[in-house]
Parts: sequence; structure tokens; C-alpha cells
Amino acid sequence: MFFYMQILDIAGLQNEDGSFSGDIWGKVDTRFSYIVICCLSILKCLDKINVKKAVDYIVSCKNLDGGFGCTPGAESHAGQIFCCVGALAITGNLHHVDKDLLGWWLCERQDYESGGLNGRSEKLPDVCYSLWVLSSLIMIDRVHWIEKAKLVKFILDCQDMDNGGISDRPNYAVDIFHTYFGVAGLSLLEYPGAKTIDPAYALPVHVTNRILFTK
Amino acid sequence: MHGRPRKASNPEEEAASAAKAVKLRSLQSQFMKNHHDKIYTEEAIELSMKLLEINPEAYTAWNYRKLAVEDSLSRIESDPNLVNSILDEELRVVESALRQNFKSYGAWHHRKWVLSKGHSSIENELKLLDKFQRLDSRNFHAWNYRRFVVELTNRSEQDELHYTDDMINNNFSNYSAWHNRSVLLSSLLAQNADGFMPNERIPDEYDLVHSAIFTDPDDQSGWFYHLWLLDQTLNVETPLLTSSWPSHGSTINLSGAGCLNGSSSKFTTFCSESGSFPLILYFDQAVGGVSSSTVTIDSELKGNEDLVWEPISYKNSQVSCVWVTHLKYVSSDPCEYKVKIRVGNSPGIVSSRGHNFRAPYEFVFTAHVHDTVKDSQEGIVSWTDGFDIWDAKSMDLNSLITLDQLQAEIDFKWRQEAIDSEVECFGILSDSKIGNLTLARLLMAREAMLSDDAVKGVRYEEILQLYNDLMALDSSHYQYYKDEHSVAFLHKVTSSSESLSRHLFRYRGMNNLVCLRLNNLSLSRIASVEKLLFVQMLDLSHNELRSTEGLEAMQLLSCLNLSHNKIRSFSALDSLRHVKQLKVLDVSDNHIGKHSVDTTRYLCSSPLSNSEWSQDDVGRQNPGLVTKYWDAYFVLRDLKLKQLDIAGNEISGNEFSSFVLQVVPKLVWLDGQKLGN
Repeated sequence: MFFYMQILDIAGLQNEDGSFSGDIWGKVDTRFSYIVICCLSILKCLDKINVKKAVDYIVSCKNLDGGFGCTPGAESHAGQIFCCVGALAITGNLHHVDKDLLGWWLCERQDYESGGLNGRSEKLPDVCYSLWVLSSLIMIDRVHWIEKAKLVKFILDCQDMDNGGISDRPNYAVDIFHTYFGVAGLSLLEYPGAKTIDPAYALPVHVTNRILFTK
Repeated sequence: MHGRPRKASNPEEEAASAAKAVKLRSLQSQFMKNHHDKIYTEEAIELSMKLLEINPEAYTAWNYRKLAVEDSLSRIESDPNLVNSILDEELRVVESALRQNFKSYGAWHHRKWVLSKGHSSIENELKLLDKFQRLDSRNFHAWNYRRFVVELTNRSEQDELHYTDDMINNNFSNYSAWHNRSVLLSSLLAQNADGFMPNERIPDEYDLVHSAIFTDPDDQSGWFYHLWLLDQTLNVETPLLTSSWPSHGSTINLSGAGCLNGSSSKFTTFCSESGSFPLILYFDQAVGGVSSSTVTIDSELKGNEDLVWEPISYKNSQVSCVWVTHLKYVSSDPCEYKVKIRVGNSPGIVSSRGHNFRAPYEFVFTAHVHDTVKDSQEGIVSWTDGFDIWDAKSMDLNSLITLDQLQAEIDFKWRQEAIDSEVECFGILSDSKIGNLTLARLLMAREAMLSDDAVKGVRYEEILQLYNDLMALDSSHYQYYKDEHSVAFLHKVTSSSESLSRHLFRYRGMNNLVCLRLNNLSLSRIASVEKLLFVQMLDLSHNELRSTEGLEAMQLLSCLNLSHNKIRSFSALDSLRHVKQLKVLDVSDNHIGKHSVDTTRYLCSSPLSNSEWSQDDVGRQNPGLVTKYWDAYFVLRDLKLKQLDIAGNEISGNEFSSFVLQVVPKLVWLDGQKLGN
């Protein structure tokens, strides 16, 4: 079925500078770079885009604190960092990341009191960053720089023990996104019973291995 | 959904919510009908506005409005007043949507779209931005929009720098302003713009960031800016050669295979089955362009024209700190050859930041080629028996501790003064985390800049103590400080021949080959490899290493002991694929196979990172096992190991052992047992 999808459309959204627009109206954001690279990698047709230019564009969004923003010059943000690091990981380009510099920026997202992670400095911790920050740290092999047990406790504290689900922070309203991010975070923290997921794709490892190891 | 308190809703709230949902759904379906039927009447356009007022995130509604605007514009014959009124309306709708949600991606992008049609004045836009930035000075949409307006209207970087001055002076706790400042300043410094010479500007910036750090040491806003300033102070743009093997003034002894079984080997004996020895260049930053035209070799060793230089790096990268080539020699032709290397003979060596390697740097060494007498034996290498203390008198180590290339930088003085001044300032903040951490970093920076051997080594104790204090003070980041401690420790060990010689031994089993023993030191990180290029036998057992990152530069390494460490997978050993001399590897008693999460999965070259790979017989016959043990497969198949130890890992067992034997058919010893052929 996938072979009949119009993959050329995605390739057509790549701009001269290697960036990707979200649609015909031209909004550029490194989130789109990640989406394209992630999808095309799973479909095994990364050759439909100019990968080198795509990587060059992502690298141009690298900031002096080691993080990445949505466009060149934009402030580092954990969500964008996940997208950029993930895209670089999938295309075999993590050597462009200063792992120690970015690793320190990421590990300082952990709040001493609650153990949760925020997305930028002086912001509140939020369960969704359990995925963005945690995945990024894992992909660059610096996850040992945070205190994992404290983060597990934070995620568990965000559960609604009466009605189920996980919220962005303790005693806030639950929603499906944060429930997913919380469970994914627990998986990446090797919480017993959680299936192992791949940090770049957020898919189970047995799925990514099966797709990518088949010639 | 963010920031909504969890509470059970009462019947009135639920009814109101349901009513709102009904209204919204009705609006949405009417809107979608208009959109699909391409209806752009005034009424239809107003409907879209009603929808956006309730939900500024209705992305399709913004795109519909773009289509409606284009439709209207096509009808009115470029009357500037009409055009303006149409676009003004769009700006008004955006502003009202932003009042609802000043983080709406759709709203901000719509405004950019209108502006790129050449509408609105810069004053209007900056006024709007001021409003939003006062509401939330960290709103990255507003900052991004500001950069967009600045670029569109060519506002000067200096003016924008003044704006960050205002924001910071108003409230130092504004990471977004510091970030913007770093972008503007690095651009101005790179251009050498008027009033932006690093030696004057950087010290001023230190003063400015002190206000942020010293007022509230727990506020992170200034931390990363300070770290960037330190980087600007320390790092010279021009790439320099840090070390090489062989090093300047040294004599190396070359022989064929089996030379180590002959009479007492000298310190710098290198044997090769292939009749070539590596020439390693280690730069202070990643460079490209090292080739036989940019690096010339002058010698009587025959067969060494047009050498191929390789960067020791990931597959996709053309740049590296470490470059290697192999010089041929004929061991049946014993003689002494002088070899002269000229790095940067012609321009072409360029750093990844675009700076040229300037002054050609020459170094000379002597290659003493010996006759090969015996055939090579393959006795098992032991890591416990047969070691003697290295005799410090027998060889001058200084020829091996390679000398740093002379720093030709004239403006070295301001850098040292800046660091000294910062060390003094941060000495005061001794009970805060950022104070201790910054002081440790500053002292490390100072050690790196000092060249006087006598002074070196003295302050390492202070640095190590600071990291120990931090491990207690900020236990959440214990492992970060532990890693930094290991780096500082290794810098200390390699800072003088005297301290290094305490870790050197001779291994009788390989004819007194020198072994560097760094075991039982709680090391969690490898560092100072540029000082250890001569190492052929390395014992890193009983430490806390998680990966072999850094060892790829040790091109002479033939025996490596990593037993009793914290290695979780073979992917963590990926750097060893570059160590082509490696024959003996011990990874017993680690954590391989114990953890479900592989943190080096994407740091090795494999199909997961979309690297090309060629299918071999093992892959064809055992696709299931290749997928199961993919990282072991990719690492081991690139090596020509003779001796391997893998016992004491969760992955160990008959299935894995037999898989290993297929991947490494020439293996002689596995887990201490000699393999029958």
C-alpha cells in the first residue's frame, strides 16, 4: 500500500536551503524536517529528498548553547531539539552535535524539587518533556546525567489515580498526549513492564529493527 | 492541553462546555463548506473570523483567509488603497487572535505572510512586539517574529543588540534576550565590526553577565551565556596541530611481524604484518582538507608518494580532529631513515568553522627499520601476569609526550587576563553550584593555556576537589560531575612525564611492550588521548566506562582491556572500528545485554542511521541473528581480532559465542580457550 503513496509531494516541500515547508504556504520549521526524515526513513525512501541539504539546514539551526531552534537564530527549545537530534540520528549525522554542551543544557532541565523536566530554563516541568528531553539525552548518550529515579516519580505523580491517564503536571487535567508521553518516558527509563521504544522514532524497537534491518 | 487544573466539573460547567462545543462544531462545518466550495464572499470571510476568534489554532481557517485575500486581490486592479484595506483587515484579525492566544503558530505565520506582501511599517510591528514581549518576555513566537521583521527591514545588528541591553537591564532573568544577544554578538565579532574586537568586547560581556549570575546563582539565564563567553575566550579560531605520532625529534623502531618475540624491544617499537606504520595528526578542532598536497612527506622510505589520508570520524563526515595515513617500509631493508613532515605545505586544511590552518608546521622523526628474524607466535595475552615496572631511566618520555604546537597567537594576553579575572570573581561564589562549577571550568581552562611544566599539575587537586564537592552539593547531576572529574583526572595524569610514568609497565609476554595501566581509577570517561597516541597496550579494566568514545585516535592500539566496566552494548564500542591494529579485546564482566535501552544506538554506523552496508555471507545465512546481535555484528566484522573475552555479560552464551565465531573466523582465543581449526 505504501508504495502508492505520493511521496513526491513531500520531496516537493523541500526548499533550496534544505529546509522543509509544512505546506504550500511556506511556513518553515525544523519540526517539519524531522517529520519528513522520520516518515521517509520508515518508508525506506530517504533518497527522495536531498539529505545533505536537509542536514545542513538543521545544523544551521544549532545555537551557541548546543541546542536547536525552529529556524536559524531561534532560541533552543527541548521540542525542537528532539526534532533536530532525531533527524540527525536517523540520517547518521550526530557528529554535528556537541554532545557535552547539549547534554549539559538538557540535564539542567531537571527540576530539583519535583524531578520533572522543563523545556527551557526558568520554565515549569511538564511530562511531555519526559519524551523530548529524555529521548534527546538517550540519542547522544548523556541520559546518565539526570537522576532517572526522580523523573520516574514525577511521571507517576502526574497520574490521575481515580480516573486514569497522565497530565502535564501533578493535579492537572489529563489528556491523551501527556498520557502517551508519560508512558513513553517510563519506557525510556526502563520502567518494568513498559515495552522498549526507539528514542528517535518513538516506536517499539522490534518494529524499527524489523523495518530498518531488512534489506 | 497545558495548565488546566484537574477537577470534576459540575453540571453547569458541563452544560456551558457542551453548548460551546455545539456552536464551534456548527461554525466549523459551515466554514469547511465555504472552504471546499471556494466561497470568498464577505459573509464567508467574516465566518472564518468568528471561528478564529474562538479558536486561533484553526489552522485551515488561516489558510482559507490567505486564499480569500488572493482572490480579492485578483479582482481589484492594484488600487493601493483597496489593497491596504484588505491587508489591514488581516493584520487586525491576527492581532485579535493573538490576544486570545499569543502563542498561536497559525496567527503569527499569517502575519508574516501579510508582511511579506510588503505591508505594514516597522514601527507598527515593533510596537506590537513590545506589547507581547511585555506580556511574556520568553515568548519565542514573538522573538522569532522580531528576527523576521529585523531581516525584512534590514534593521542593524547594533540596534538589535541595544534592544537586548534594554531587555536584560529591565530583567536579567531573560534567557531569550541572552540568546538573541549571543547570536548578534557572535555575528558582529566574526565581522570584526567597529567596536567589536574580542579582546575589548568579551571582558565587557563578562561584567554584564555577572549581574545575572551573582544576583541569583540559582537562575540559569546567564549560565549558558557565560559558558559561551568562556568558549570565545579559550578557543583560538585558527586550527592548530596539538600532537602527532611519531612526534617531533623521536626515533621509532619498525619491524615486521614477530619483532616483539625477539630481543628486548625498545619503547617505541612498532611491528606490522602489513609493512606500514601509521602517521597520526591530531588537531585541536575538526578540520578537513588533509591530503598529500597539503601535508608533504620528505623521506627516503620508498613507495610513499600520493598517500591517502583518512579522517577518523563517522562515515558521513569529511572532517575530524584526527587524520591518519600509512607509510610503507620494507623490513628486509634495514636502515635509518629521517622523515620530515610539513603540515600545511599548501593551503587547504580548513576547520569546520571555516578557518584556515595558517603557518606550515614542520616536524622530523627518525624511523629505524629492523630486520625481521622470527615468525610470529600467537600466545595468549594475559592482563594479570608478566608485568614489570617501567624503568624511568631507560628512555626519555618527553619525546613521546608530544609538544603542543607553539601558540602563535599574539593576543594570548587578553585571554589569560580574562580567565584570571574570572577565577578571582568566582572564588567568592564558593557555596553555590554554579560558582563551584564555573570555577572548576575556569581552572581547567587555565591549565590548558599554561605551558610551564613546573606550574602544571599543581592546581589539578583543586579542580578534582571542586567536582567532588559538586557531586555532594548537586546529587541529581552526580554523573555529570563524575565524568568531568574523570576528564580532569586524566589531564592530571598526562600533564607530566613523571605522573604518566607511574602508570607505565612492561609486559614480558610481548617482549617488554609498554602497557599503560589506568585500571581501578573509577574513570567514567576517556580523555587526553592526544597525549597517548603512542599507546599499544591499554588496561582500562575495573572502571566505570560506558563507551570507548575517544579511543579511535589510538591508531597503534593492539591490546585493550575493558573488563569490569559499565558497557551496555557493542554499539558503545563503535569507535574501536577505527582501531585497525586491535588484536586483543577483553570486554568481559560488563553490562552487555542487561539493559533494554541502548544509549549508543545512533552513535554507531548501522542501518538504523541509514548507513550503507554490504551484505556478507554471515548476513545472508543468519539474518535473524544479525538483527538480534546487530551491534556486535557491525563492530566485530570490521576488526581482525585474535583474542576476545566476552564472558560475564548477560549476552554471553552458546548462541552468541557461536555467532561471534562466524563473524570473526580468524579468532584464536575466546574467553581464554584456544579455538581448534
